[in-house]
Amino acid sequence: MISFSYLEPADIDEALAALARYGEEAKVLAGGTGLVNLLKQRLVQPTYLIGLRRLAGLKKLSYDGTLRIGALCTQRTLETSALVQDHVPLLAETCRQVATVRIRTMATLGGALAHADPNQDPPPALIVLDARVRVRSPQQEREVSVDAFFTGYYETILAPDELITEVIIPPLPAGSGTAFVKFLPQTHDDYATVAVATRITLDGDRIAEARVALGAAAATPLRATAVEDALRSQVPTPTVLREAAALVADAVDPTADFRGSVAYKRDMAVVFVQRALAQATARAQAGGGTA
Amino acid sequence: MRTLQLRVNGEPVAREIPDNRLLVDFLRYDLGLTGTKEGCSVGVCGACTVLLDGQPVSSCIALAVMADGCEVTTIEGLAEDDRLHPLQRAFIEYGGFQCGICTPGQIMAAKALLDVNPHPSKEEIQGWMMGNLCRCTGYYKIIESIQAAAEGKGVS
Ligand SMILES: Cc1cc2nc3c(=O)[nH]c(=O)nc-3n(C[C@H](O)[C@H](O)[C@H](O)COP(=O)(O)OP(=O)(O)OC[C@H]3O[C@@H](n4cnc5c(N)ncnc54)[C@H](O)[C@@H]3O)c2cc1C
Ligand code: FES
Ligand code: FES
Repeated sequence: MISFSYLEPADIDEALAALARYGEEAKVLAGGTGLVNLLKQRLVQPTYLIGLRRLAGLKKLSYDGTLRIGALCTQRTLETSALVQDHVPLLAETCRQVATVRIRTMATLGGALAHADPNQDPPPALIVLDARVRVRSPQQEREVSVDAFFTGYYETILAPDELITEVIIPPLPAGSGTAFVKFLPQTHDDYATVAVATRITLDGDRIAEARVALGAAAATPLRATAVEDALRSQVPTPTVLREAAALVADAVDPTADFRGSVAYKRDMAVVFVQRALAQATARAQAGGGTA
Repeated sequence: MRTLQLRVNGEPVAREIPDNRLLVDFLRYDLGLTGTKEGCSVGVCGACTVLLDGQPVSSCIALAVMADGCEVTTIEGLAEDDRLHPLQRAFIEYGGFQCGICTPGQIMAAKALLDVNPHPSKEEIQGWMMGNLCRCTGYYKIIESIQAAAEGKGVS
């Protein structure tokens, strides 16, 4: 293990001051499930580690039509919270499929964004929910859509002195149905071979708006706008969904690994986009419920 | 270096440690609690499972400083005097282990489950225990042991 100095600020202002002071020399620590492995492998070598666990303000979860999730809320909290299950069931459904109870107990939603491993599950779900990330530095506060947050493999728009404070999920339009489908051919606690989040919003019997985003399909979480565009104004028959799903083959850029070759992952992306679209459509037709 | 203050298996502990100490190393090497095992070292296998304020965590990817001020429970904390915990008795009675390397982690994970859900279904046990790997038993007897402990069968 590399050596570092550990600091534990008592509140967000202290945390931001420490980040401003140490900049690139510092890393913040939330649940540690992503960062500690990187420290052990010497892939990240900060001089200062800034523990966030005393920042109680970042652990809040509230709903007033909009769901506001503090960056330190754990994925286990989001899986089990009645507030999330009732109002944004897609997020509970997604978190439930992350690794194991042991990991979800530690891993936070802020960590799931800042870590920016493209194999993670929450980012595609947040993208189809049109979620926004609230980010703070000592000088300013800004809001960025999750869709625009990721810039590359393990890279985001976050500056070294910025903290994620909150994730904001706006109310879904009426007539929406959502689904998250994670393809796990090996073990249930694995990262996805491909993961797909979708939202279908119906206006009568036609699709008013569609969202499709994938995990484990490119260097960043991937929004499949070609599929979304093909679905707009269509009646969601099985043929329409199948033909739209086929368009994802040209959008994905997966990496070959022990979970499959590039060709296999591309084929599976098509299959699982189609399944996720069918499920989201059925849920939208079942009465505007979102799960 | 810093002084870590916490409770381990109900006892207050204060110990000087380097900032980069892993929780598993703190327990095993600093406190001599070698019941907690280390397998994969990357959070996958569950051998190092301990309870941090009652919640199951992988102590191999937790820093000891993350437990400062908290309550940590390890396998050594389950027996009361000489009397084994019902889960420990059930694992013996129902053959829930062979080589035993995964067993402390299995039992700590199972304890966390029964603490929040005293009468889990077989499916709930399987879902919860999924991340605790075992190369010996084939899992059936681990599930049986947990069911027996939950039902209080043959473990009184
Ligand atoms: C064995 C294992 C299996 C896993 N399987 C899956 C899986 O199947 N699906 C899945 O989605 N995830 C999985 N994960 C979890 C995931 O990969 C990340 O580890 C997790 O989401 C990171 O959250 P964390 O709170 O632990 O972050 P940390 O590890 O504490 O931090 C990760 C990164 O984010 C930064 N960071 C954290 N919080 C903030 C903040 N508020 N503001 C700015 N930067 C911040 C840190 O500086 C660091 O760079 C798995 C992890 C393990 C160990
Ligand atoms: S040793 Fe910690 S999970 Fe395997
Ligand atoms: S008893 Fe040997 S690994 Fe589980």
